[in-house]
Amino acid sequence: MRKLPHKDVVIIGLGWTGSIMAHGLADAGLDVIAIERGPWRDTATDYPPSYAPDEYRYRIQHELFLRPAQTTFTFRNTMKQDALPIRSWGAFMPPNGVGGGGVHWNAEMWRFAPTDFVIKTHLTERYGEKFLPEDMTIQDWGVTYDEIEPYYDKFEYLCGTSGTAGNIKGQIMPGGNPFEGPRSRAYPTPAQKQPYNATLFAKAATDLGYKPFPQPSGNMSQAYTNPLGVEMGPCTFCGYCEWFGCGNYSKSSPQTTILPVLVRQQNFTARDNCEVTRILLDASGKRATGVVFVDTSGEEWEQPADMVLLCAYTIFNVQLLMLSGVGKIYDPVADEGTIGRNFTHQTVGTATGFFDPKKFIFNPFIASGAIGMCIDEFNSDNFDHGPLGFVGGGYMGQVQTNGRPIETTPVPPGTPTWGAKWKQAVKENYQSTVYSGSGVHGSFYSYRDVYLDLDPVYKDRLGRPLLRITMDLHDNELKMSAYLTDKYAEIIKAMGAQMVVKKPRTGPYDVAEYQTTHLCGGAIMGTDPKTSAVNRYLQSWDVPNLFVLGASSFPQNHGYNPTGTLAALAYWSLEAIKTQYLKNPGPLVHA
Amino acid sequence: MRNLHRRELLATSAFILFGSTFARAGIIQGSLPWAPGAGAPPIRVLPGPWHFFTPAEGRAVEALVDRMIPPDPETPGGRDAGCAVFIDRQLAGPYGRSEGLYVSGPFRTGTKQQGAQSPLTPAMQYRKALAEIDAYCKATYGGRTFADVEDSEKDKIIGALETGELKLSGVDPKVFFTTLLKNTREGFFGDPIYGGNRDMVAWKMIGFPGARYDYSDWIDRHNERYPHPPIGITGAPSWSPR
Ligand SMILES: Cc1cc2nc3c(=O)[nH]c(=O)nc-3n(C[C@H](O)[C@H](O)[C@H](O)COP(=O)(O)OP(=O)(O)OC[C@H]3O[C@@H](n4cnc5c(N)ncnc54)[C@H](O)[C@@H]3O)c2cc1C
Ligand code: SF4
Repeated sequence: MRKLPHKDVVIIGLGWTGSIMAHGLADAGLDVIAIERGPWRDTATDYPPSYAPDEYRYRIQHELFLRPAQTTFTFRNTMKQDALPIRSWGAFMPPNGVGGGGVHWNAEMWRFAPTDFVIKTHLTERYGEKFLPEDMTIQDWGVTYDEIEPYYDKFEYLCGTSGTAGNIKGQIMPGGNPFEGPRSRAYPTPAQKQPYNATLFAKAATDLGYKPFPQPSGNMSQAYTNPLGVEMGPCTFCGYCEWFGCGNYSKSSPQTTILPVLVRQQNFTARDNCEVTRILLDASGKRATGVVFVDTSGEEWEQPADMVLLCAYTIFNVQLLMLSGVGKIYDPVADEGTIGRNFTHQTVGTATGFFDPKKFIFNPFIASGAIGMCIDEFNSDNFDHGPLGFVGGGYMGQVQTNGRPIETTPVPPGTPTWGAKWKQAVKENYQSTVYSGSGVHGSFYSYRDVYLDLDPVYKDRLGRPLLRITMDLHDNELKMSAYLTDKYAEIIKAMGAQMVVKKPRTGPYDVAEYQTTHLCGGAIMGTDPKTSAVNRYLQSWDVPNLFVLGASSFPQNHGYNPTGTLAALAYWSLEAIKTQYLKNPGPLVHA
Repeated sequence: MRNLHRRELLATSAFILFGSTFARAGIIQGSLPWAPGAGAPPIRVLPGPWHFFTPAEGRAVEALVDRMIPPDPETPGGRDAGCAVFIDRQLAGPYGRSEGLYVSGPFRTGTKQQGAQSPLTPAMQYRKALAEIDAYCKATYGGRTFADVEDSEKDKIIGALETGELKLSGVDPKVFFTTLLKNTREGFFGDPIYGGNRDMVAWKMIGFPGARYDYSDWIDRHNERYPHPPIGITGAPSWSPR
């Protein structure tokens, strides 16, 4: 193994959190290196408008994603089953390459609700301890909405987020989300224009007494120059957004907001196509001394550093902690250990509306990744769960992102899957159907038997055990999804649909069916080292010069997309590092 | 460097893992590592002889896709749309070899929720299933192959693959049917550059404008039919009169 010159900071993974941390710490004068498993990516080379709109290449063949051959996971629903490898991606799509998930996300830019951060306390106070299922392991975060509000704001201004504020400093604003936490100022750019289907949804929702608002979007409604001086252009509603890179510099990503500035900083270096295989610890096991990575020729390198920042995306964060021997791997039977605990995903429900082809032309291809009108009446604890017998919820909306025909040619139930009837049905319904993949974006709370550990059988290409996912949907989530999907279908019906086909999430959890790439937990934050892996500043309880960024820190998944929150937490952690840790390296919280 | 290996475009990330020179580990410092002409546009599929199928397999697949998506007076069927050509080229490339997927054993049968676990690559699946289907037809229909039986018989056979009633040795009929259906639709609706959707017939059929990238003027024109014909990655026929 060859040893490289020492650095102040080594960052594992150059996606959203890696870019934020690298920029902040390089700016603070530290010598920073980021090591990224996938290739460097930029707009002009990897997804120019001349060939970015290619459904087969990017959506079907997963061009921009990690290849399972490089590493994958095993999966089982319950502890009694043998886990089997995920051979081809399904339920979620692990990112790979500079920019991480930011390259090919939708850019739906949400904040979590203030009660989400204190959910255990809040629900117990309102409904009583017995109301929660016995094996549910939700926790308060150890940080509050008010504490991280300035950092939400910072991320939104970095990205140029397009939206309509619903609550500015406690004042409810017309046209915005009245349920959102107070924000310190309006969004940096106004909301995007909306297509026909979203406009009809908003009208129907209003008629039913709800308060619809535009989904906060990182697809620019107008040109924007961010505080770092990086410029973005307006989104052209190309409809090749989720799963695709943006050829227009219109979608917020590390490439369009941070990297052009970051690479010019002389004290920053990146290595691409290099995979970190473990974090090195000293003999005490209490201090990280750097990382080991392997390059494309198979050669191993040691990169020594004073600080290690793990920014590799939820599940890879957990994998590297386990393979490096940081902390104790969670054991659900003994209920001990923290690494792998409280792993969660998403509970998506949906409903498809078939309209009269003679009266409705939706032009479903005119869309963007984060377009749409939503309501928040059934999210968080915005509604009385008492009579319903479940907790959690989600936003719901007409958020159709595309009309790409390999994926999006819905036909009414009962249509054969092939032949003349199928062909006719595709033709008839293409223009007049409302099909929003993740229309009901439900929460996924944590449970004792939903977790990560190491697989005893299957290995990756380097001979390391694969991470094993044990995950199923519990009754609470299924009830929630059924209730919310009913409410959602009512709105689609009120839009004028002739037929509405409901699809609430049903069990068992299926690893072959895409929901979202919002994996959360496994190295959660908290106030107690017995039940959390990192403290409220995302600093490892076990190894204080190691910080673990990303949604791996979420104690459970709430009913919104995660990136706004994980980016806000990155800025919050960055601030603590700059103002406290660097002056006095050591634990920032004494448990 | 990337230019030299354009052919392998769909496997870009897989190449990293195989340690080829395609995407070598690099160091980035001081400026964005941008190089002119470094993109990897897709390679256009050219008509011509089969790359993967034998002539008999080619005939069978053309017959299959033409029943799965039959011609009608306005829109050609799967065969004339090029679905079989699309599938052939895909099977001859990284997709056919399961390149980039996790293919280490042991192979065990799991639950539906655990996803596909077959050791067969798509290429192996097609090879076996097509041979089995023709063998079944020859035995049942007096020596005729699938391509030669009546359309109504063809439909019965496809239906029996879908339900799993038609047993094939060495390959699960339902799994094969699912793969075939998926690939047929991909060929029909994908960009014509991959050999299917010839003259953008599938896009014209539904009114999908294809690879157009700017609808700024159309976002707030509600309930109005978008008037422009589709374009593909390589443009539209009208742009380059032959
Ligand atoms: C299709 C899709 C759509 C999405 N849409 C939305 C959305 O609309 N809204 C939203 O909020 N979120 C969305 N997400 C999720 C969003 O992309 C992630 O939450 C976000 O990117 C997470 O940031 P991160 O820094 O934790 O990880 P990433 O941005 O994924 O970056 C992690 C990086 O680490 C690298 N890495 C991993 N392991 C190693 C290793 N061992 N060595 C070196 N490098 C490594 C990876 O290659 C990657 O580049 C979407 C995701 C996908 C896939
Ligand atoms: S929809 Fe807009 S933001 Fe998304 S890829 Fe297209 S132009 Fe870019």
